[in-house]
Amino acid sequence: MPTTNAVNGSNYLTYQGKYKGLLGWILSTDHKRIGLLYLYSICVMFCVGVLLGLAMKFELLAPGKTIMDAQTYNATFTVHGVIMIFMVVIPGLPAVFGNLMMPIMIGAEDVAFPKLNLLSWWLYVLGVILVLCALIFGEGTPDTGWTFYAPYSFKTGTNLLPAIFGAFVLGFSSILTGLNFLVTIHRERCPGMKWTKLPLFVWTLYGTAWIQLLATPVVGITLVLVALERLFNIGVFDPALGGDPILYQHLFWIYSHPAVYIMILPAMGAISEIIPTFSQKHIFGYKAIIASTLSIAFVGYLVWGHHMFTAGMSGTAQYYFSLLTFIVSIPSAIKVFNWISTMYKGSINIQTPFYWAVSFIFVFMVGGLSGLVLGALAADIYVHDTAFVVAHFHYIVFGGTGFAFFAAIHYWFPKIFGRMYDTAWANIGWLVFTIGFLALYSPMFYLGMMGMPRRYYDYLPEFHGGNILSTFGSWIMVTGFIIILVNLIRSAKKGEPAEVNPWKSKTLEWTVPSPPPVLNFETEPFLTEEDGPYNYE
Amino acid sequence: MDSSEVTQASNFVEGVDKAFIVILGISFVFLIGLTVVMIYFVFKYNKKRNPKATQIKGSTTLEIIWTVVPFLLTMVMFYYGWAGWKPMQKAPEDAMEITVIGRMWNFTFEYENGKRTDTLFLPKDQAIKLNLLAMDVLHSLYIPAFRVKQDMVPGLENNSMWFEPQKEGVYELYCAEYCGLQHSYMYSYVKVMPEAAFTDWLVDTTQVANDVLESPTATGKRIMQNIGCFACHSLDGSKLVGPSFKGVWGTERTVKTGKEMRQVMADEEYIKSSIYDPNADLVDGFGKGLMLTYEGQLSEEDIGNIIEYLKTVK
Repeated sequence: MPTTNAVNGSNYLTYQGKYKGLLGWILSTDHKRIGLLYLYSICVMFCVGVLLGLAMKFELLAPGKTIMDAQTYNATFTVHGVIMIFMVVIPGLPAVFGNLMMPIMIGAEDVAFPKLNLLSWWLYVLGVILVLCALIFGEGTPDTGWTFYAPYSFKTGTNLLPAIFGAFVLGFSSILTGLNFLVTIHRERCPGMKWTKLPLFVWTLYGTAWIQLLATPVVGITLVLVALERLFNIGVFDPALGGDPILYQHLFWIYSHPAVYIMILPAMGAISEIIPTFSQKHIFGYKAIIASTLSIAFVGYLVWGHHMFTAGMSGTAQYYFSLLTFIVSIPSAIKVFNWISTMYKGSINIQTPFYWAVSFIFVFMVGGLSGLVLGALAADIYVHDTAFVVAHFHYIVFGGTGFAFFAAIHYWFPKIFGRMYDTAWANIGWLVFTIGFLALYSPMFYLGMMGMPRRYYDYLPEFHGGNILSTFGSWIMVTGFIIILVNLIRSAKKGEPAEVNPWKSKTLEWTVPSPPPVLNFETEPFLTEEDGPYNYE
Repeated sequence: MDSSEVTQASNFVEGVDKAFIVILGISFVFLIGLTVVMIYFVFKYNKKRNPKATQIKGSTTLEIIWTVVPFLLTMVMFYYGWAGWKPMQKAPEDAMEITVIGRMWNFTFEYENGKRTDTLFLPKDQAIKLNLLAMDVLHSLYIPAFRVKQDMVPGLENNSMWFEPQKEGVYELYCAEYCGLQHSYMYSYVKVMPEAAFTDWLVDTTQVANDVLESPTATGKRIMQNIGCFACHSLDGSKLVGPSFKGVWGTERTVKTGKEMRQVMADEEYIKSSIYDPNADLVDGFGKGLMLTYEGQLSEEDIGNIIEYLKTVK
């Protein structure tokens, strides 16, 4: 077990409560143990999603059949999307690092409702099992794409209802986590932890929690409508029953677009912690970053229509959605400017988390700037539903959220496990992964601009070159991922014992032992006027 | 964008490409500029060179500058996006109308005089309005060389797109909205011809005239070609999405009705029900939901002709 430097000789990893062994974990209400449960379950789902993605890229190595038939390919990209979106990136940072670190960062013993927190994890597991059962059993794996667009999704397979029900349960897990975090951040801050002293990661979790709470129920409403349609033949979405397939797209994106901000906001928060720490400098524009977080959370609700510029909406709606899409890009730009300015005149200690943070800024800029192309009406008409869109959202969702996740795990790893990882291997893993990532997704921008539609099992010979490079990239990236994963797993067991504050950070989680004791603090912490999350000398 | 590789062949190309160039131009300046500055800071303010950080908490002036400047730039981008898109919204009154029927997994183009093709023939320099119909699920008509795309939505009335081809040639036309198994094979070609050649082609009704005189067998085959049966059902016995038509007529078929397996004779009744209610009896080894009803698209008379043709496929 990890060496402990806790004063009371016991930490959250070794502590034994009412139950022993596995039960002591899956029935634990300790926020850190729940955070680790999420980390392990999300990692397993991520590995499954990566394998499916790898299979897709292998299939696209050459035109025509390479390793699988069209039906298998369509099912593969559907399951890849469902797993990656609903089971990996949406819970991702909030459920893992929000649970592991947020209560300590605000000086609390735990979240406001520890039992509800455990229920959220159980709902996550239940949702995952439901969706996977719907995918594995029954008449064939769904082949609709993760968007389940009507009316195709109503005509194929029979397992749509259980799959959406699973997504609904996953949604509840997300709603409850959001509610829990909101109350925790409002009520559980330690004395002196004013709103203006809250670490930015906590601020982004706060914005995220509002989105989780307000946008996710739309999935529930959509489910009820789908169920009414399927069970009682009430025409809502299916034109054969007099329904409107475009209404489905509206409801789907009213949730799924804000969900993009559920994915990216906490990622931005983690980066806002890492850059000041390794620059040993106060974050530049603390209040501007908070304002940009809240405005993203708000304006993010109002831009869903940019997924539907070719769907047959009215011209006025398209005009409005395009304008708001450009406006929502501004707060993200503000964050990038502030992060880079934080490095100015800092004293930069280049460590693994900082490599990830800097590469995050780069891939996030590529993803964000390519989003401007898709927000512009004329340009979107041309590249909508092409490989360009696939490249764009992988740069944001995987490049953004994924790189921030790797940054966060390398940043908080010594605190979580009380051990250090091998820095050399971690850096090699980062380099290989980043090269692979760029080679995998950059050609897709080119393919999309050449006119290759997405979700294509087969393609015309003119698209061959870009696809070869992309497939090679996927192999390099997975090699990098294996290096990272092996290094972290090995280090969690055998790494050198970590210091309390290896990166010389100023936030509260670095004042408690590594790993932290069960209730985090020996005595309740408090902040004086001079204290603050970024008050470096 | 690299416009030399994707042909510029319609009146919208200029507007769309201008939006691309403006947005990508500004984006590249920012991407390269910010990346260079970031890497410079990382080197210049490295711990070794700068052991002590200078604490700067922020600057209201800078925050205002980097809010207002990007805002203005995005409004420029919005303008070019809007300007390139605006003319796509309304077709001119004198546009030639062609009806496009999309179904799993092909396109049919129907001209004003009733002529039907699976390739889109167009006259150069003439405004074209495509009326878009989808028979089953969502499709999307995408012609990269023209920079146009519009979803085809079942049940949506007055759904159309327009453009004016400006360059002779043959261009690709894709389905861009995922529509199931054969989505990536749902593509066709656009052939842009000089006006005179197009008119000759359009009024050449020899094919249509022959249709009246041709046998029910030939009519049946033509109907099946037009509606796209052979995309999924082969004539040579090979297994595609659905069972082959080879030797079907008059033989015993093993089908799954609900959960029960049974034998049925492939007679007129069976073929009619396979077309109007394809998922009621599934031939052993084939999946459900891959074919949808053709009720409303094929009349009983059409099916009579199809049956005459199927009798000859041995």
